[in-house]
Amino acid sequence: MEPVFLTFVFVLAIFLGFELISKVPSTLHTPLMSGSNAISGITLIGSLASLRADNVKVAVILGTLAVTFATINVVGGYAVTNRMLEMFKKKDEGGA
Amino acid sequence: MNMMTLVINFAYVISAILFIFGLKMLSSPATARRGNLVSAQGMLLAIVVTLLYTGLDFKWIALGVVVGSVIGLVAAYKVKMTSMPEMVALFNGFGGIASLLLAWSEYHQNVDLTTFIALVTFLSAFIGGVTFSGSMVAFGKLSELISSKAVVFKGQHLVNGAILLTAVGGGVLFAADPAAGYTFFLVVVGVALIFGVTSVIPIGGADMPVVISLLNSYSGIAACAAGFVINNNILIVAGALVGASGIILTKIMCKAMNRSLGNVLFSGFGATTQAAGSGPQGEAKPASAEDVYYILEAADSVAFVPGYGLAVAQAQHVVRELGELLEANDTEVQYAIHPVAGRMPGHMNVLLAEANVSYDQLVEMDDINPKMDTIDVCVVIGANDVVNPAALDDESSPIYGMPIIETHRAKTVIVLKRSMNPGFAGIQNALFFYPNTRMYFGDAKASIQALVAEFKGAE
Repeated sequence: MEPVFLTFVFVLAIFLGFELISKVPSTLHTPLMSGSNAISGITLIGSLASLRADNVKVAVILGTLAVTFATINVVGGYAVTNRMLEMFKKKDEGGA
Repeated sequence: MNMMTLVINFAYVISAILFIFGLKMLSSPATARRGNLVSAQGMLLAIVVTLLYTGLDFKWIALGVVVGSVIGLVAAYKVKMTSMPEMVALFNGFGGIASLLLAWSEYHQNVDLTTFIALVTFLSAFIGGVTFSGSMVAFGKLSELISSKAVVFKGQHLVNGAILLTAVGGGVLFAADPAAGYTFFLVVVGVALIFGVTSVIPIGGADMPVVISLLNSYSGIAACAAGFVINNNILIVAGALVGASGIILTKIMCKAMNRSLGNVLFSGFGATTQAAGSGPQGEAKPASAEDVYYILEAADSVAFVPGYGLAVAQAQHVVRELGELLEANDTEVQYAIHPVAGRMPGHMNVLLAEANVSYDQLVEMDDINPKMDTIDVCVVIGANDVVNPAALDDESSPIYGMPIIETHRAKTVIVLKRSMNPGFAGIQNALFFYPNTRMYFGDAKASIQALVAEFKGAE
């Protein structure tokens, strides 16, 4: 039953994603991409959970690399998106 | 399921909600920054509760997190806004390789998989691998470490087809008996890395916005597949959101370039260039800085139409300065931005925002075109094909059918250009010969500076 349940979640999330993203204006498409990059670093959650103390050596190396790459995505993605969105200002907000 | 696992999984539900609200807030520039922070909080929550699992190897976790954070932060604060496409390409790749490594590590720990888990392990490794090597090629092309031209050779489709078949075959053999299929798994990883390279090298520089959107989607789908492998809902939900986002952006880019996805993926751009000497001919009317100044000075509404040439000339800041002088002169100023202006979706908006252009002056193509007849002057800077009226009426033109910003319908069009040479796609622009068009030749930045000087001199 589990695969069916997971597929259910997957399909609903895809539809939700289409609804959400189609409302993002093209002005913000670059921050959207870098922000969704950060979200795709969610693999970090799995990589953290996979680094168990009783792992064999090869799995430790693979897991540590996975954590490193996913962290770059998460930290770098959110930071650069924040940096970009900071620049989007309206004149009456004292931006220019 | 023990108590702790229950708590952790409920916390993941909250994370998912935060991701969704974060993306929802991205629907307006006014709330977007807070939205990004909401999304980041969702991620932080998910990370913190994951560390509550018992039996984790914190030494290695700390190493990975510290190294990753340092690299991520340095990259995020050093990168120039003009280089955002390269950065996004690189990060897509990192997302992909993380999914591959996670699937591999899980499989290495326990080779005795059910057929379903074996199948998703294969998908996670394959899509992750393709995303990684494909993104590295895209990064190389965008940063011009390798030729940005389309690399095409005879029989390319056959080679790619054969590679894909090998991957599927390897996947089937692996899923049939995962315990004995370690070799097949390694073959799949190797083939995935090769396929990423061979599927992206035939795609030319101008099509990169489509490719990075697509790779963005892949990186999400790879995370999704990894979620199936470890039976984790938050990976599936977040991965699916990213996957959907990438697909939508890919679709928008393809539409804006008037090309099908198949056409982008399977034929090198530039193959459709017109023969030299054909195309529109006529006499273009040049204008001096002083002429342009008088036209702008008398205008009630001006729309700047920037292309990537503007960013190359680093002219964003002088354009904003000119815009402010025009506003001080009671002229309405807008910036009309084509979806493929710049080198990735929305790139030009970021570059103008960086130069302090107010975001309510950034207008999308579909919003400005209906109002075009009422605009006094359009100033085209570093854009070419996206304002070429041949896309509307010349069926023989290679860009026929592409949506354009219809500057030719404005009362006057001023085109800033170095010379009469055709643009990136090698197509001569019919706009240059319209009766209401004036050509203002020179380097974009120097030309705008000359106009700024005219305005200041008149005060």
